[in-house]
Amino acid sequence: MTMPLLEVEGLRVTIDGPAGTLRAVDGVGFSVGRGETLCLVGESGCGKSLTALAAMRLLPRAARMTADRLAFDGLDLTSLPERALADLRGRRMAMIFQDPMTALNPVHTVGDQLVEVFDRHRLGSRAEGRDRAVRLLERTGVRPAAERMGQYPHQLSGGLRQRVMIAMALMGDPELLIADEPTTALDVTIQAQILRLLRELQREFALGLLLITHNLGIVARVADRVAVMYAGRVVETGTPSEVLGDPRHPYTRGLLSCLPGAGRGPRGSRLGAIPGVVPSLVGPVDGCLFRNRCGEAEADCATTAAEAPRTLAPGRIVRCLKAGVTA
Amino acid sequence: MIRFLLRRLAISVLVALSVSIVAFALLRMSGDLAQELAGERATAEQVEAVRVANGLDRPLPVQYLDWAQRALRGDLGVSLFSGEPAASLIAARLPVTATLALTSMALALALAVPLGVIAATRPNSWIDRVSLMLAVFGQAIPNFWFGLILMLVFGVYLRWTPISGSDTLAHFVLPSVTLGLSAMPAIMRMTRSGMIDALDADYVRTARAKGLLMPAVLVRHALRNAVLPVVSITAVQLGALLGGSVVVESVFALNGIGQLAYQSIQRLDFPVVQAIVLMVSFIYIVLTFLSDIANARLDPRIRLA
Amino acid sequence: MSAASDPFAPLDVDRLAPRTLMVRRALRHPGFLVGTGIVLLVALAALFAPWISPHDPDAQALGRRLIPPVWDAAGRWEHPLGTDHLGRDYLSRLIHGTRVSLIVGLFAAVVSGTIGTVLGLLGGYFGGRVDAVVMYLVTTRLSLPSLMVALALVAAIGGSLTTVVLVLGFLLWDRFAIVVRSAVQQIRSADYVAAAVAAGASPLQVIAREVLPNVASAIIVVATLEMALAILAEAALSFLGLGVRPPTPSWGLMVAEGRQFMFFKPYLIALPGAAIFLLVVAVNLMGDGLRDITAPEGRH
Repeated sequence: MTMPLLEVEGLRVTIDGPAGTLRAVDGVGFSVGRGETLCLVGESGCGKSLTALAAMRLLPRAARMTADRLAFDGLDLTSLPERALADLRGRRMAMIFQDPMTALNPVHTVGDQLVEVFDRHRLGSRAEGRDRAVRLLERTGVRPAAERMGQYPHQLSGGLRQRVMIAMALMGDPELLIADEPTTALDVTIQAQILRLLRELQREFALGLLLITHNLGIVARVADRVAVMYAGRVVETGTPSEVLGDPRHPYTRGLLSCLPGAGRGPRGSRLGAIPGVVPSLVGPVDGCLFRNRCGEAEADCATTAAEAPRTLAPGRIVRCLKAGVTA
Repeated sequence: MIRFLLRRLAISVLVALSVSIVAFALLRMSGDLAQELAGERATAEQVEAVRVANGLDRPLPVQYLDWAQRALRGDLGVSLFSGEPAASLIAARLPVTATLALTSMALALALAVPLGVIAATRPNSWIDRVSLMLAVFGQAIPNFWFGLILMLVFGVYLRWTPISGSDTLAHFVLPSVTLGLSAMPAIMRMTRSGMIDALDADYVRTARAKGLLMPAVLVRHALRNAVLPVVSITAVQLGALLGGSVVVESVFALNGIGQLAYQSIQRLDFPVVQAIVLMVSFIYIVLTFLSDIANARLDPRIRLA
Repeated sequence: MSAASDPFAPLDVDRLAPRTLMVRRALRHPGFLVGTGIVLLVALAALFAPWISPHDPDAQALGRRLIPPVWDAAGRWEHPLGTDHLGRDYLSRLIHGTRVSLIVGLFAAVVSGTIGTVLGLLGGYFGGRVDAVVMYLVTTRLSLPSLMVALALVAAIGGSLTTVVLVLGFLLWDRFAIVVRSAVQQIRSADYVAAAVAAGASPLQVIAREVLPNVASAIIVVATLEMALAILAEAALSFLGLGVRPPTPSWGLMVAEGRQFMFFKPYLIALPGAAIFLLVVAVNLMGDGLRDITAPEGRH
């Protein structure tokens, strides 16, 4: 087996707050292979964005991170000095964010912000940088590209800005692209276009894609593999057909039942129609964290063993006592 | 941008108008101008004659318009004390005050901007605490007293600097430090909070995700945004320095417009006071308008609106 | 499992009343505690000045001129901080000087606070043209060099405590107007205000019952910072001889009087200047602390 592009094992992110230490990400593990798309799915606040930022080593100052393994193409990201990390970012691993309205710098032109990546990583002359920027804008649908180069972010719509972000992420010809809820802030019609663009580009550029979303509906269309997160932990992994077709964790089943067309739930409603609230992640916690919202919970669910990962098949892992039982 | 600037220009002109009314009122409040002009020993008839001769018997609005017209032509009235035109009195003193204000502002900026940036990158570090303490210090210290203490320490005990007068640039060192310290805190706080906001912004995270190194992230992305309000506050503080020059110029015996204002106030020479108030206000209005232009140049959201 | 560590239990914080939280934050804020402590001490000194002063602050004794403080070899315990050029006891004058500073600071803040709050409420609540007029007034006020105008007004009217308070009050209201205006703009769109308006309350009722209580903390914060400015301004006016009339002991005036002797009796300017500095620092610390305590989210 070849080495995965991004390997994450036992990732923990904690944030110190006035009420205590928040365990936002608690032992997350997954991997993304070259040219593979992994969807990380979960409700807002489950720690998926922090996981993405941790992979880029761009966590906010208040957050502290430890990991058993966090590696990009075999490079240990936990021990790499900041300078070496910066050499990777934008060049071999790139990231796009949720809100395109604020992710671009308002005082620089689109062109300058794109070419900046090229210059920073010394990928060629300025003219070559501009050429590549124009081509990528053209490819991502920011047209007329030459004219858009001289415009400022506030002159573009949200959808166009996200396209600019995507073009910018591709400036360094990266191997890994991390996309953190890239369509959430956009209009529904534009969401589909951006998603289609991402999928095309992923194939065209043979990108390893870590796509973070709260929308299970996206998963079936783009993912090679899926990891479902709940309260800072990965509770179920598998292929889309496994996870969507044969969900083994009650939380995944809950998410699925909230999808439009799956019976209950109004059309277009987001996740979160599962009753109950996510538990506080401040301080030590034992057992399955979903048990207060789970219709099938029993006494054993409060034990440490309840949340131990169970491997059903290679790449098919579920953290539930009843994982063996088909629903 | 043209619309924005025209709007700002219109507001500036309106403000200049109301400031001129206040300045005019200040002169009228000071007492009977005809009496002052005629002198203390003038008879009632003489005072009345002076009043009519100077048009002081006309209704106030008419007098204001007359005065404003002359002011627009550069005629700011005549000193009751020396009979010289107020405009030429001011013109003679302006270079000293301009030198003082500019050196003070240069000092304040040289201290405030780097400190604000460093403090913002390391909140709650020792350098953040020291710069905040310096800001509290600069805000709370009475500048007349600080000037005297500097004079005592550096001029008298250490003999490093001259203690009064305005003959050489060395004479401006202590006054500039005194005045600069009073302008520093606001600029420092604005830089710091602007930088904290900018460093927190998504676009800075994007810049780091592009692999940019800290100097580029700090200067090209964060400071470039944080500098917008700093430009505005610098203009405001520069205007405040001109007004604050009254105290510092009197402490260090600098012969600028602050000193002229103080002497004229003591002599109740209100035409000169009025002219200085008017001029300092106008300079302030021009400075804030210039900072609006600068902001429009620096911020494409305004420039291209 | 104890309640505190049960992740499924509701959070403790919800049970605390906002006032309790505020007191707790205040007690943990060293700057606020130090500042308030000093201000309280100064206020007590001002209140009991005649009883705690060792001498009459105005009593001149020509035989006892320019006695240095006790730490000097020539100092005497009879005058712990020495005497001035007219033989008046410096400690007593410093103690009585607290009165001028506090009265000016307090009442100038009240006058300017009233003007600024009314303007800010009007501009923020009604918006549109009213707001344009308010902002125009603020801009005009900011364009005037306040210290020069204050000096000129005091010179024209004649220096006294009342004049100084009124002149400063009429010159320092701009920050109140700006802060109250933006606070009201935020509250104006809140649901409970909209509800009150919808229920048919008059603007005056809405402002008095819904808006004012919610901008009160912002007003108090600005008031402390304005108080510090007014204390500094009074000191500067008195230093320039256009503040309170001698022989009223004002710290600014004391610096001015000590100035001619400062080269060989530096304590004459060092002591009153340090007193102004200390009081203004304390008031500022109190104000900054109040801001942190009442609006912890807007820390910087």
